[in-house]
Amino acid sequence: MDRLDVAEPAWTGISPKYVWPEFVGWLITGLLAAAATTPLWFIGAWWCYAITAAVVVVMVVVMAFVPRRVRSIRYQLREDDLLVRRGILYLRFVAVPYGRMQLIDINRGPVVRALGLSDLKFVTAAASSGVTIPGLPEAEADSLRDRLVELAESRRAGL
Amino acid sequence: MSGPLPGEGAPPPADQPATAATPATPATPAAPAAVAELTDGEWHRLHPATPLLKGGIALIVVLGIIVNNAREWVVGFFVPGGRRPDGDGEGDPFGYVVEHGYLGFVLLGVLVVVAVLVLAFWLSWRMNTFRVTEEIVEVRSGVVFRTNRRARLDRVQGINIQRPVLARVFGAAKLEVSQAGDDANVSLAYLRSVAADDLRREILRRASGVQRSAVDGVRAAPAQAAPGQVVPGQPGQPGQAAPVDPRQRFVGLVEQRAQDFLSDGLDPQEAPPESVVKVDVGRLIGSVLLSGYTLFLVAAAIAVVVSVRLTGEFFLLFALLPAVLGSSGYYINRVTKSLRYSISSSRDGIRIGYGLFSTTNETLPPGRIHSVRVSQPLLWRPFGWWQISINRASRSSTDGSGHQGNSTLLPVGDETDVRRVLELVLPELVGVAAAEVQAEEQAEEASVPPAETGAGTETAGTETAGTETAAGTETAAGTGPALAEPERAVVHERASHTLSLVEDGLTSRGSEGGFTTSPRRAAVLRWFSWRRNGFRTAPGALLLRKGAIWRELVVVPLPRMQSVGLSQGPLLRRLRLAAVHLHTVQGPIIATIGALDQDDAMAFFEGAARDAVTSARADRTHRWGASSAPVAPAAAAPAPLALEFESDPSSAGAGAPSSSAGEQDLSPFADAPRDAPREEPRP
Repeated sequence: MDRLDVAEPAWTGISPKYVWPEFVGWLITGLLAAAATTPLWFIGAWWCYAITAAVVVVMVVVMAFVPRRVRSIRYQLREDDLLVRRGILYLRFVAVPYGRMQLIDINRGPVVRALGLSDLKFVTAAASSGVTIPGLPEAEADSLRDRLVELAESRRAGL
Repeated sequence: MSGPLPGEGAPPPADQPATAATPATPATPAAPAAVAELTDGEWHRLHPATPLLKGGIALIVVLGIIVNNAREWVVGFFVPGGRRPDGDGEGDPFGYVVEHGYLGFVLLGVLVVVAVLVLAFWLSWRMNTFRVTEEIVEVRSGVVFRTNRRARLDRVQGINIQRPVLARVFGAAKLEVSQAGDDANVSLAYLRSVAADDLRREILRRASGVQRSAVDGVRAAPAQAAPGQVVPGQPGQPGQAAPVDPRQRFVGLVEQRAQDFLSDGLDPQEAPPESVVKVDVGRLIGSVLLSGYTLFLVAAAIAVVVSVRLTGEFFLLFALLPAVLGSSGYYINRVTKSLRYSISSSRDGIRIGYGLFSTTNETLPPGRIHSVRVSQPLLWRPFGWWQISINRASRSSTDGSGHQGNSTLLPVGDETDVRRVLELVLPELVGVAAAEVQAEEQAEEASVPPAETGAGTETAGTETAGTETAAGTETAAGTGPALAEPERAVVHERASHTLSLVEDGLTSRGSEGGFTTSPRRAAVLRWFSWRRNGFRTAPGALLLRKGAIWRELVVVPLPRMQSVGLSQGPLLRRLRLAAVHLHTVQGPIIATIGALDQDDAMAFFEGAARDAVTSARADRTHRWGASSAPVAPAAAAPAPLALEFESDPSSAGAGAPSSSAGEQDLSPFADAPRDAPREEPRP
């Protein structure tokens, strides 16, 4: 079955290095979740160990899909709007007209910064828009931000 | 004790002539005297009774409590035969104080406290100033921690005038200029009631970008009125003759207060006096009784009965009792808040008023409504009642009387009422203006200049090449209605048998009304509503029709949509379905439609994304009065939008319409400074 896509798929992907921050994030989450189940071991029944094992297995599966998920995060600058897609199991497209931009955030977490990447966030007046493009190379993120601001300036719309 | 109240009975005499003169002058080209005084760009102070209205009431209450405690003592002191309090004074603080001889200290302490409070209130009043210039409204307040809030007038989201009971007694009103964002309102509390009305009119005029001379030319000409009858019934207004004799003046003042109190705050020269919708008290009570909350109560009662019968114990009853007892308050509150509801069209948008004792009355300029939902709770269905709610950009975290007006546009109404309200909110989709849009479509096909109010004035505007001189706008204002009047009659007739997009969506199902619905296989997810669950595009808006049991219709005006999303989870993916989300500013309405065929959804998504750009570009509601005549704001403002839309399908490219007739008509707008850079990338 064909994956749902827009009419002109001219997508730009993000840096493949972004798998590492994702890995680290999921690893920490997985370890914390597994650690949270360890007190059950004191009960001593077999299913207590099984729960911990299940958590570990789920986390491993989730992490196995990280590269594909990272590959699925794509964006394209169309003439009048920014189109972002992400997700493999939960597919999501968002189209934001440039004129709707209120501000652009660039965030750098510790791992992301170590890899020379940036996360870019496009904020509109609607909280539900939630447009983020993570894992862009630093220079590319800065130039993309400047480009987006410039586009937004030339297409400024009210609320 | 009378320290803090020197001026609360009446405004200081210096202000008095202005009050009396205010209503007498509005027909003259200049703004009324009181407004001219308030909006001259200088700093002004608020109503002298402000401290009392804001917080001084608490002081009076405290004094009242003290006096109440002392009452027995005072009575006993002066009436020899009265009951003397017993010696120990236990549980009676006043008695205790007197017994132990602390009276002097306590009195001194009270005096000091009162003096400090009076000083504090006076200072806070003194330091609280505001000014209104052509561009901004600015408020400074605070004594120790100074606050300075400045709001741009062209970003006004609405103006709200609240008159709590007590403030009405003093002839004061609170004016709030809503801005987008959480608690971003600029609040002028309190102003003189008349001044508040005038100030609102003046702020809206400046926000709209229309020239003053044009405003005065067409003031009080509501949407449907003939242009000839300017300012009806103005000279006969009571309380406006300025009496010279002080005693007479006082009588005049009292009369005016009474008049203010009796009138519901709807300024007679601003809006047509009668609301387009009358909410019957019986219907209001019925609607509140038949709300979802009643369903909950009934379910709770059944649960209690069942549990008592089964277990013989009453724990559930006790658990639910407080909720049941609290419900009466909820019902009464809901009813009193919506009493005397009125909605009408004014030059600067929609005017909504409600409240019995404490009144609120709000003006929403065009283009400040981000989405509209017409919904029908299950129990209302037999009566055919509907409710209309809206999303808007300004949110207030404080509750109070402003809260309901913030999201409910029509508390309850039948289909006619819904139609009338939507005609104000979405003129291009409902009623006369919808017919006008259709007439325009036909007119454009015949390559005849569009014969419609808004379009007519635009043509006039073209001659002045968008420079927006006073003369140009005046020409537009003068000729617009005169041309439009016969046309309007024709259009009106046509409207009676024109299909209205929104009304169609209320009860229809299947592809009726041009909706694209979910496919048969979506019945797994939408058991009853799959035939109804659908969307359609309309000129300037997107419509989502949902729910077979709890029916609702969501309308998102395209120029207000922030972004559009499409999502597909694993289950939807298996069924080849998808969901589309129209993102608007935060509010009670979430414009999402699920379980659509994935190809339909993708087409809808792409179309919406494209149309959002086009319509945002064509949108001029930001300065709603700037280039179109202020005669019929509801009809005039969206007209360019509709034009732009017709040209949209012809241009396949993403939002770069070729030079069609629509574009030609829009050319006067191109000179507005904020649009200048946007024009460059166009061919």
